[in-house]
Amino acid sequence: MRAFAELFLQVDQTNKTNDKIDALAAFLTSAQHEDKLWAVALFCGRRPRRTVSTTLLRQWAAEAAGLPLWLFEDSYHIVGDLAETIALVLPPAKTLQEHSLRYWIDRMRSLEHADDLERKATVLEAWQSLDYSGRFIFNKLITGNWRVGISTKMVAKAIAKAYAIDQNVVLHRLSGQWSPDDLSFDQLILGQQASDDYSKPYPFCLAYPLEEAPCSLGAPTDWYAEYKWDGIRGQIIRRAGELYVWSRGEELVTEKYPEYEVLRTVLPDGTVLDGEIIAWRNEAPLPFAALQTRIGRKNVSKKQLQDTPVIFIAYDLLEYQGRDIRHLPFHQRRHWLEQLVAVAQAPCLLLSPRVPFLHWEALEALRLDAKAIGAEGLMLKKIDSTYKTGRKRGDWWKWKLPPLSVDAVLIYAQQGHGRRANLFTDFTFAVWRGEELVPFTKSYSGLTDEEFREVDAWIRRNTLERFGPVRAVRPELVFEIAFEGIQKSTRHKSGIALRFPRMLRWRKDKKATEANHLKDLLRLLGDECLEAGL
Amino acid sequence: MRFLQQESSGIWRACNLFSALEGLALHEEYVLKKNHLIFLFVLACMALIQFTERGIYCPQADVYIDPWLPVDKALITHGHSDHARWGHRHYLCTHAARPVIEYRLGHIAVESVHWGEPVYIHGVRFSFHPAGHIPGSAQIRVEHKGEVWVISGDYKTAPDGLGEPFEPLTCHHFVTESTFGLPVYRWRSQSEIMQDINTWWQCNQAQGKTSVLIAYALGKAQRILSNLEPSIGPILTHGAVENINEVLRTQGLRLPPTQRVEAALNKHLWPQALVLAPPSALNTPWISRFKTASIGIASGWMALRGARRRRAADRGFVLSDHADWPGLQQAIAATGAEYVYVTHGYTDIFTQYLRQCGLQAQAVDTRFSGESLDVPEPETEAP
Repeated sequence: MRAFAELFLQVDQTNKTNDKIDALAAFLTSAQHEDKLWAVALFCGRRPRRTVSTTLLRQWAAEAAGLPLWLFEDSYHIVGDLAETIALVLPPAKTLQEHSLRYWIDRMRSLEHADDLERKATVLEAWQSLDYSGRFIFNKLITGNWRVGISTKMVAKAIAKAYAIDQNVVLHRLSGQWSPDDLSFDQLILGQQASDDYSKPYPFCLAYPLEEAPCSLGAPTDWYAEYKWDGIRGQIIRRAGELYVWSRGEELVTEKYPEYEVLRTVLPDGTVLDGEIIAWRNEAPLPFAALQTRIGRKNVSKKQLQDTPVIFIAYDLLEYQGRDIRHLPFHQRRHWLEQLVAVAQAPCLLLSPRVPFLHWEALEALRLDAKAIGAEGLMLKKIDSTYKTGRKRGDWWKWKLPPLSVDAVLIYAQQGHGRRANLFTDFTFAVWRGEELVPFTKSYSGLTDEEFREVDAWIRRNTLERFGPVRAVRPELVFEIAFEGIQKSTRHKSGIALRFPRMLRWRKDKKATEANHLKDLLRLLGDECLEAGL
Repeated sequence: MRFLQQESSGIWRACNLFSALEGLALHEEYVLKKNHLIFLFVLACMALIQFTERGIYCPQADVYIDPWLPVDKALITHGHSDHARWGHRHYLCTHAARPVIEYRLGHIAVESVHWGEPVYIHGVRFSFHPAGHIPGSAQIRVEHKGEVWVISGDYKTAPDGLGEPFEPLTCHHFVTESTFGLPVYRWRSQSEIMQDINTWWQCNQAQGKTSVLIAYALGKAQRILSNLEPSIGPILTHGAVENINEVLRTQGLRLPPTQRVEAALNKHLWPQALVLAPPSALNTPWISRFKTASIGIASGWMALRGARRRRAADRGFVLSDHADWPGLQQAIAATGAEYVYVTHGYTDIFTQYLRQCGLQAQAVDTRFSGESLDVPEPETEAP
């Protein structure tokens, strides 16, 4: 445990990616065998099932620290991390014991069918025999949320470095479904085991947002444009007679979308498609909100299948005739993709249409049309580019429509958690309805650290009233709030709900009276409904 | 509590409220409210110290303690800018705090006294006692007709080997801070933290990196300085730190030799050096001149991962000149005070806890900021 706690500390202490990778690589070459794979699993977001509720943990921690529960809860609110709060408030350990990371994971997992008394005894024993960092790790194992600034890609880099294997190969081996219970580190990473798993997806190639004018990309003839769809990114795998559907979060979602079952028969074996899972009716996409009703469900009802049918818009081909073709140029992959989709003739499988253009100016005009066909903007792909792993600058760009925005007044503020503990960063905004300010959205992001500090200092001086942790402030500051979509909502006082609201900028040049009115938002709502065909 | 500020009518108003409440005898919170009102009533009658819009005020002597708006007579606990402000007509502080206050505020009418030396103003006895916060920082004891108040300003209870150690005082009314008034704040010993800092410095040297350590220019920087291992390498300073070093050295404090970064022309020394700079230097070109550097921050806030990550420092060292949770509890218990006033920090939570412990506690609004990394300490001198 100590070696892993030490690794965690090192990784947590630096914000330099290379230092993190070095620390990880050093750990992997020196750690106990049984701890290696668990460390990799944890950093890749595969955590063991939770066996103790956080409610009980809080009660036991408050009790062990001799604090009233409310004081523990208030402290937790400020620290923002339960594992950390518990580790901080507990009195120093009585006798330190050293066990492996695996040991504590097994102890914790053994509690699954235990009663609360036994659970408490084990947790207290851990707290009393671990030092601060050991406790913190143990608590993290139970509560689950790691958030340490290590991505699967960094883990892959570290493994690649420690064992001199190609990084993309490692990434592929780390993807899909596996558990440290079923195989060893050597089997997963070093062995041939990896290629035997037919369900394994490829790591997705991701695009960067285009911030400069497209003419900076060079000759238009080198580029291929298509629409950017507002669904969820997915990969469809047809191998060994089976069909697997993966979402971008590397979650196997085959059962959620029975519409795709037909692809098992119409796609040839050894095919992997990259594309968008999207709700679609009458030859047009439904708003993202419609797809949301499907995302959370494992068992889909007949009614849902009728109301929000889902299709797959394919835009890339990663495996063809059983061969990994990611290293081939885009135009070649696209050519085979077009053939495959044409032969398949499945209503649930569409080809992402090409948006032809001769000049960048022409494309700029086409981008503004994207909205009318229900897309978020355009994607630009270099014609001769290979399929990269993860986010790489240069070959793929997303060129979204400018977001919608309104000017709104800051009326309530609350302190943030974790990284923003002790700073007022969680804001509620209002627009005018007659003489009254109506709250319509919350937002936590979009300002620089510097601006957050400035607003924080202002809030402390301009608090009118406190409701528990929430402060009502003088309605003076105006912010431009950008958002991707707007919907009717019965849950909000204003009657609307926004998608991805964030602060675009602080309008220091505007007074509160110059903020937008609710009717401006309702007008946007009207536009959105018209375009979605509702 | 506003009626307390209107001195003449305060008592009368309290009586009125009190009798109005008698009519609500069946109300379930009656007893609680009654006790609270008796507390306020007592406060209004005594009123040796009041919390006003200008600052902490003693009407009997007509003096303020660490006022934030200009007043005639100000008693100052220490030289940090949220306590020693510019614009008062007369200042009174300790001999030990005076040079820094004069350096920061320029030509002011200031008098100073020895530790514990009584000063009588209109029959009220004032004396200054070490608060252990920074060199020269004081708690101010106020006594009149047998009633004793202690206004502690900022304080820490663990000795730091540089300033005068905190002196526990018994009193009836204790005015306390609560900058780190949450049970998640427990400091490790200074020697452990200093060992971490020295080790970090050596590791950076081995990697050819300059060690840049962020600390308050007044107090924290000198505390670190006096506990660094000077044999490791050269110690360089930011101007704001070095100016204070000079003032304190003149006053007789022993600090290891330092050199201003601007004066240390030999850049080959940088990878060997430890550089002390104030929070205001973070994210400025002044710091980015050290191309390969590890940035450390020494602050109590570094106890929380979130705060560490927000500041994007390479290392956080948990080192504060304010009392931690156990320190605050011990200090308050040692005063024996029944009435406690909480001026800054986690005032609401801290007050609620003290009440649960059976004390008559009250959060009061002030403009003290405690230890803050977010509002850089102004380094401006007097106009």
